Amino acid sequence: MASRTQQKSRAARAVRSPDAPNDASRAGDALPSSELSRDKLLELYYWMRLTRTLEERLVALYRQTKVVGGLFRSLGQEADSVGSAFALERRDILSPLIRNLGSMLVKGATPVEILRQYMAKGDSPTRGRELNIHFGDTDRGFIGQISPLGDMVPVMSGVTLTFKMRGEDRVGLVYIGDGATSTGAFHEGINFAAVQRCPLVVIVENNGYAYSTPTSRQTAAKQFVDKAAGYGIPGVRADGNDVLAVYDATKPAVDRARRGEGVTLIELMTYRRKGHAEHDNQSYVPAGEIERWEKENDPITRYLARLREEFEFSESDISNVDARVRSEVDEATDIAEQSPPPEPLDALEGVYANPARATPLWYRESGGVVDKHERPEGWGVYDGSAEVEH
Amino acid sequence: MAEITYLEAIREALFEEMERDANVFCIGEDIGRYGGAFKVTDGLIDRFGEQRVIDSPISEIGIVGAAAGAAHMGMRPVVEMQFIDFIANAYDMLTNYVATARYRAFLPCPMVVRGPSGGYVRGGPFHSQNPEAGFIHTPGLKVVYPSTAEDAKGLMKAAIRDDDCVLFFEHKYLYRRIKAEMPAGDHVTPIGKARLAREGTDLSIITYAATVWKALEAAEQLEREDGLSVEVLDLRSLAPLDDDAIDATVRKTNRVMLLHEDTRTGGIAGELTARINERSFAWLDAPVLRVTAHDVPLPYAPSLEDFVLPQTADVVKVARSLAAY
Repeated sequence: MASRTQQKSRAARAVRSPDAPNDASRAGDALPSSELSRDKLLELYYWMRLTRTLEERLVALYRQTKVVGGLFRSLGQEADSVGSAFALERRDILSPLIRNLGSMLVKGATPVEILRQYMAKGDSPTRGRELNIHFGDTDRGFIGQISPLGDMVPVMSGVTLTFKMRGEDRVGLVYIGDGATSTGAFHEGINFAAVQRCPLVVIVENNGYAYSTPTSRQTAAKQFVDKAAGYGIPGVRADGNDVLAVYDATKPAVDRARRGEGVTLIELMTYRRKGHAEHDNQSYVPAGEIERWEKENDPITRYLARLREEFEFSESDISNVDARVRSEVDEATDIAEQSPPPEPLDALEGVYANPARATPLWYRESGGVVDKHERPEGWGVYDGSAEVEH
Repeated sequence: MAEITYLEAIREALFEEMERDANVFCIGEDIGRYGGAFKVTDGLIDRFGEQRVIDSPISEIGIVGAAAGAAHMGMRPVVEMQFIDFIANAYDMLTNYVATARYRAFLPCPMVVRGPSGGYVRGGPFHSQNPEAGFIHTPGLKVVYPSTAEDAKGLMKAAIRDDDCVLFFEHKYLYRRIKAEMPAGDHVTPIGKARLAREGTDLSIITYAATVWKALEAAEQLEREDGLSVEVLDLRSLAPLDDDAIDATVRKTNRVMLLHEDTRTGGIAGELTARINERSFAWLDAPVLRVTAHDVPLPYAPSLEDFVLPQTADVVKVARSLAAY
């Protein structure tokens, strides 16, 4: 463990801002990750491995057509989700994006929920109303996203505004992709949160692509972290494929928010190794790029090396985690596959608090008939007396 | 008790609800120190402070989204659109996020989005709109649009207490033109109930907001000049619609005019026509007729605006043709 404090060169590279006294890189401070116990260090590996193994299981189920919709991977991005969510307390709330399965697992989402959700089961967290990992639970501290990108930034500004108004010791974290930084919602949300000094951390996950569009077509800015200056908030950029660097960038921002000092923007550099969704053949990616990232910069491979060499975990420590993950995913799959589909009539429940249930259309109700009109004598019968013009 | 204006009635409702429930707060552009473009929130900041009367940046997406997030956490935000025309900026947040929150994620979203609406005020294309039809189409939203000061207060209180998102349209032509004495006590008007504004037997005019007053004016003229007995139903709530009240008036007079200030195509009158056809076809003695604005953006010049918007003379003319059918 002695080597932990010598890891500063790998730490988050902070972008200096006039009112950013708490950057991760401030000389003399021990890195937050140096405080993590050995159990916690191994737990980070567990969450990353669980994310990857669960997604691999989903691929298998997708190919068996048991996943009825699209499948979205976070392959190669597990560290940015896990490392950032790990910096939150239990009472804090985060809003994940489609590639933050790892964040949700850290926050308490379970593999069986994820599997039921993808397989559109009646006992899935959304009872079959929503797809993939679009679900939340405010008690466990995560709020489900919607597909229009950027919207969760204003929503999380309101969640954290409430923490501030009530004087609660809670922090919010919201993820935004490189692509969605171009939306108006992102701008309005982060600006509002900055003005109100909401206890919010905004993480830009820069994975190189928004669907097929590279970041060079998304912004003329050299780096997304530069946008922080425009909102008058500190910005930090970190290696998103180094789970401890992610933690070290996020933890000070979370602490800063908790102290009432407002919003921090963090840009995490990572790479999307799979397509937008499973159907996407990534024809737009330059040859060799994906392979290079897989070979040289896989977040799990990198962390495993540190676990073995730097933290001196044994092979059995690691294989025990792998075995635990495998059995948990197997067990969850068995359970989820048994789940029934939703009952069709459940579709009418809960659009409003009141009325709690929408009325089925009359022709869907057994025995329903439209009120019949008794025609008066001779009504509607052409008697030939009028000339019809053509 | 003294009479107060439609605008003051809304302010009184906000004040009383903020007194009653510490979770209620207001957010909007220039609503704090300045008291709002129309002064609806005037004085609230002095009583409740800037934590609960929040001056926001010019960010309709931002403040509607923030209100949703706060509502998830148990707050009851009231968002002001400086003019309701600007609600279009927040259309995504309202229809995709807010309206679906309960259904897709079981997230409570009790919030009110309110703002000055409607024309007859020489406001031009972006300060006169009636965008209500664009929202009644979205399951998950409730829409109210009061025509009287009593209902302005009672519906605002109901909207704030409602566990769903309520869009509260305020007619700016009525803000200071009508007055009423408020009913005593905790005056709450239930959402989803229409109001019979005038009883009659020969034909029904179903309408809401400022055109309720056009209908009443026309009804008086028709009684005076033609001896016609005209019933006027003020919908008050546009989502949900009060089908029972609509059925009752249609089946009573058998002749129906639908009147609204909004443009014609895709307006609420079309939906009402379909419902009347499905529910009360057998009771109709004449085709259901619509009196609406022309399908153009609302122009500024008085001669143009007066031509485009429905006027009392239009109501009288169509009513006569309906009665004679």
